[in-house]
Amino acid sequence: MARMTMIQAIRSAMDVSMARDDNVVVFGEDVGFFGGVFRCTQGLQEKYGKHRCFDTPISESGIIGAAIGMATYGLRPCAEIQFADYMYPGYDQITQEASRIRYRSNNDFTVPMVVRMPTGGGIFGGQTHSQSPEALFAHVSGIKTVIPSNPYDAKGLLIASIEDEDPVMFLEPKRLYNGPFDGHHDRPVPLGKAAIRREGAEVTMLVYGTMVYVAEAAAEEAGVDAEIIDLRTLLPLDMEAIEKSVQKTGRCVIVHEATRTCGYGAELAAIVAENCFYHLESPVVRVTGWDTPYPHAHEWDYFPGPARVGAALKKVMEKA
Amino acid sequence: MSDTKPLSLYVPEPEFRPGDTPDFSNVPIPKAGAAPRPPVDVDPGDIRDLAYTIIRVMNREGEAVGPWADMLSDEEIKEGLEDMMRVRAFDARMLMAQRQGKTSFYMQCLGEEAIACAFSKVLKSGDMNFPTYRQQGLLLSTDYPMVDMINQIYSNAADPLQGRQLPIMYSSKEHGFFTISGNLATQFIQGVGWAMASAIKGDDKIATSWIGEGSTAENDFHSALVFASTYRAPVILNIVNNQWAISTFQGIARGGAATFASRGLGFGIPSLRVDGNDYLAVYAVAKWAADRARAGHGPTLIEYVTYRMGGHSTSDDPSAYRAKEESTSWPLGDPVERLKDYLIKRGVWSDAQHHQMKEMLEAEVAEVQKQAEKNGTLHDGPHSSPGTMFEDVYEEMPLHLRRQRQEAGV
Ligand SMILES: Cc1ncc(C[n+]2csc(CCOP(=O)(O)OP(=O)(O)O)c2C)c(N)n1
Repeated sequence: MARMTMIQAIRSAMDVSMARDDNVVVFGEDVGFFGGVFRCTQGLQEKYGKHRCFDTPISESGIIGAAIGMATYGLRPCAEIQFADYMYPGYDQITQEASRIRYRSNNDFTVPMVVRMPTGGGIFGGQTHSQSPEALFAHVSGIKTVIPSNPYDAKGLLIASIEDEDPVMFLEPKRLYNGPFDGHHDRPVPLGKAAIRREGAEVTMLVYGTMVYVAEAAAEEAGVDAEIIDLRTLLPLDMEAIEKSVQKTGRCVIVHEATRTCGYGAELAAIVAENCFYHLESPVVRVTGWDTPYPHAHEWDYFPGPARVGAALKKVMEKA
Repeated sequence: MSDTKPLSLYVPEPEFRPGDTPDFSNVPIPKAGAAPRPPVDVDPGDIRDLAYTIIRVMNREGEAVGPWADMLSDEEIKEGLEDMMRVRAFDARMLMAQRQGKTSFYMQCLGEEAIACAFSKVLKSGDMNFPTYRQQGLLLSTDYPMVDMINQIYSNAADPLQGRQLPIMYSSKEHGFFTISGNLATQFIQGVGWAMASAIKGDDKIATSWIGEGSTAENDFHSALVFASTYRAPVILNIVNNQWAISTFQGIARGGAATFASRGLGFGIPSLRVDGNDYLAVYAVAKWAADRARAGHGPTLIEYVTYRMGGHSTSDDPSAYRAKEESTSWPLGDPVERLKDYLIKRGVWSDAQHHQMKEMLEAEVAEVQKQAEKNGTLHDGPHSSPGTMFEDVYEEMPLHLRRQRQEAGV
């Protein structure tokens, strides 16, 4: 079977969903004729027509606001924001509107939309092509936040997100976009379920997106028997998988690329402290991007790599 | 069943796509010299037509004609030509440097050189530009050191921004160049705020906001117009309409409006549309707007009609979405060639001089590049120390950042 990159898997998920349900529409900046700057929507306009896949004006508040309107009509919009760094003009529509329309209308109106966006750094994209804003979404009640780490999941999670009745922020780690993996299937991967990437006994590593691979490399290099949990969905979170693992291993290292303060790792650390405290053999450790704006030249010193994560693994093991 | 037809969604399309032969003969190009030149205190309602025409000075015979002509001396115009050619040589060299792996990214302004180069001449020391990434001409046509631009592009040890910013996102308060943001349109309203501040303080400085036609769809563009209009801010609002926003043609941002300049009319802002490939016209219109702002008459909106001859950036290949011959069929020509023809027609320039100038500028850029490379390149270094990453987040480094810097061991 031919192998798919993450880009192809994401495109294929939209293709499958558009074929199954003609309420699914796809749009965003450069998304129509050109097929997106990362080519995730290539061919969809040709296949499904301009009224189901089209270019939009450069207005993220417009894109997300219009998606909300379409969703309340009954469509299933799957909008693209060109880079996660550009979602901020639409953040008002996400946090004040999409997230609350079900609640404030007592289920009268709902917003089954997906907002896809490339996230994360590692491509020398500088401040505005590298950010990881997942915590800004996870903090808001009423929206779901998904970050796949491989093409199989990307495809299944995107299909599930499009089928979901609530608004979903779908963050695509661009550093993994061209990785060759097997993405051939057309089934949803359920939201809210973590995946154990490596079983282990000594320490639980809580990761998502690109950091799954950094965790794998670090555990390997450090020779630590780590259990690596790929969260896949940050909200709703698979708390049971986390608790079960940490209660087994007694140690926990959390890794993300986003800044540390009030980052998603803070939530994870709190959950572990609240639910696994008496099982812990050493303090929870976070390895994250530094609390600075995202730098251009120094990005490889900025986000966690195997060396920093390995040091964290050694640290939690030493305390034994 | 109702007896009305089902609705259908209208999605605008450009006239030409790859494989088509572009034909712009239906694009109306007004005659040079035809547009009137109003007094700077004109009632905006009296010049609505200027938002729909194209103000042009140089005609096809290479002569400067009409009421917007004769504002610059031959020497000044020669300087303008040199500025544009310097920008072009710089762009070509930096594009190559990116291809050679010396940096991560570059954006050229091929075909749009006249706009920033002519505009910079109407500004005074202390005025402030809020530019986009395509106004390198503002720096290269003034006295900003070219070597610092290359140092920034290379994120090397002498980069004035310490490797923090994406290449070409320059910043220099001293040279009236506001720090470039990668987030489109944000600067457009900030420029208005800066101008309001100048008015609040009774200063004599003016501001300039820059934006691409595609980005006029962002909220910040509309905020800028309403603030500029309400407070009569001393600001020049520049829209560079180079026809394409990455792969998206200008019709997607414009909708049913005839022109981008006409966006200003509803706000009561004098709005002018000008040939952006005509150095003399750009200068004349910019000067008019600057005089207006300095005299306290408030904002002006200018749309420069031009064409993005190159790719959007080094990450882009336009052959995937637009017809190959579009840039050469573009009816407003090449700004460098047009100004050269004008000067030759006047008898103050020659092909030989032009050729010599081109070689001189290429050598100049190559020399400065060599100088910059002594300070390093992106992939080979050296860079600023990684510890600088933690500086300037705040005026004083808070405890958590000091701890993180220690943890980073840098
Ligand atoms: C807020 C935001 N949205 C999207 C982008 C991605 N992007 C960068 S340049 C660009 C096209 C801009 O076109 P235009 O404003 O016409 O300027 P041009 O590049 O043609 O000079 C887009 C969509 C961005 N940088 N910022």
